[in-house]
Amino acid sequence: MKFRDYYEILGVPRTATAEDIKKAYRRLARKYHPDVSKEADAEARFKEMKEAYSVLKDPEKRKAYDRFGADWKTGQEFRPPPDWERQTGFRHANMGGAGDHQGFSDFFETLFGGGRAGPGAFREGFGGSSKGEDVNARIAIPLEDAFHGATRQLSIEVPELDDQGRYRHRKRTLSVKIPKGIVAGQRIRLADQGGPGIGAGGRSGDLYLQVDYEPHPVFETQERDVIVKLPITPAEAALGRTVQAPTLGGTVDLKIPPGSSSGKRLRLKGRGLPGNPPGDQYVDLKIVLPARIDDKARLLYEQLEKAERFNPRASLVT
Amino acid sequence: MNERNKDALRGVVLDAHAVFTVREFCSVCDVDQPLIQTMVEEGVIEPLPDRGQLTFHGEALLRARRALRLVDDLGLNWPGAALALDLLERLERLESIANR
Repeated sequence: MKFRDYYEILGVPRTATAEDIKKAYRRLARKYHPDVSKEADAEARFKEMKEAYSVLKDPEKRKAYDRFGADWKTGQEFRPPPDWERQTGFRHANMGGAGDHQGFSDFFETLFGGGRAGPGAFREGFGGSSKGEDVNARIAIPLEDAFHGATRQLSIEVPELDDQGRYRHRKRTLSVKIPKGIVAGQRIRLADQGGPGIGAGGRSGDLYLQVDYEPHPVFETQERDVIVKLPITPAEAALGRTVQAPTLGGTVDLKIPPGSSSGKRLRLKGRGLPGNPPGDQYVDLKIVLPARIDDKARLLYEQLEKAERFNPRASLVT
Repeated sequence: MNERNKDALRGVVLDAHAVFTVREFCSVCDVDQPLIQTMVEEGVIEPLPDRGQLTFHGEALLRARRALRLVDDLGLNWPGAALALDLLERLERLESIANR
């Protein structure tokens, strides 16, 4: 087990007052709160801060923690002193007790997980029951899975009670149905797949799974609508032709109206992601030319140039 | 369908189609009904209109859970949490437009 320097986590000196500690925690919480922060590791860092604050804001816990002195550093190998409970009144194991620290480290669990012992002392959570920790997870899926629906495996870390009644984080692998038509950023609630319930009758927490799409080489999305850029030749644009266009459901024949400019948007109703109502697919036309125009084509373009009376910049002339 | 697919967990997508009664809402958020009432009165969440009884859709559930965390962790009051959520949601919308 690794030692955790709670003062370092909150960025305060060991001499900090209760007020300093609260201020530091609030400032860091605004920055790293997972509901506010864009930092990649916000959730893990915030849990660490919450744990540090829960110890340092409580005079009894802080006093007990301060016994370790300033020489201990985060990450150092740590074994709890054998006389910890006698000296401090805090229990190692929690006998299925307190509930608000399921996300906390094994280090915390070992020192404070069991609350306080002794005559008249308050045993946190003892005898009560409450809901287990809700767990948040994310999964990135290929867009095709959102279109067809899929089953995906994912690994999550969930707190579990060990033989001694302490919370330990265990990796659990789940197989989850991704429903057809799920929109990027939506969350799926999987009831009872979070941390274990606390005390008799305590329900398990839930798992909230946020689904995002992996970047797609062909399609972009806006909610349930799918957008594709479709390259066409100048002749197809001018004359109007039926060309093949990709959709998530497979290739379709798409009629390009004669005289289509680059950037023209065509709509394939209901060909986006399934749902109620289903999304549409938008096809944005893009006129492209070969890198090298051969002599025959060049001749024809020159003839066209002479024959055509079209000034696309007419509206720009002042 | 293979064995793995058969055992796959099915969840509920928390969108406008998922409807929760107030009792279900309390159970999922692990709070009492008066607190839900407070969140409605303070504009944190809006119930679905004209359903006879108090019901909410899935997005309101996500908003309520987020508000509960902001109140617990940052010491906000309910109007403050409602404001923070409105601003966060506006920011997220703008970011998603900017990322297109």
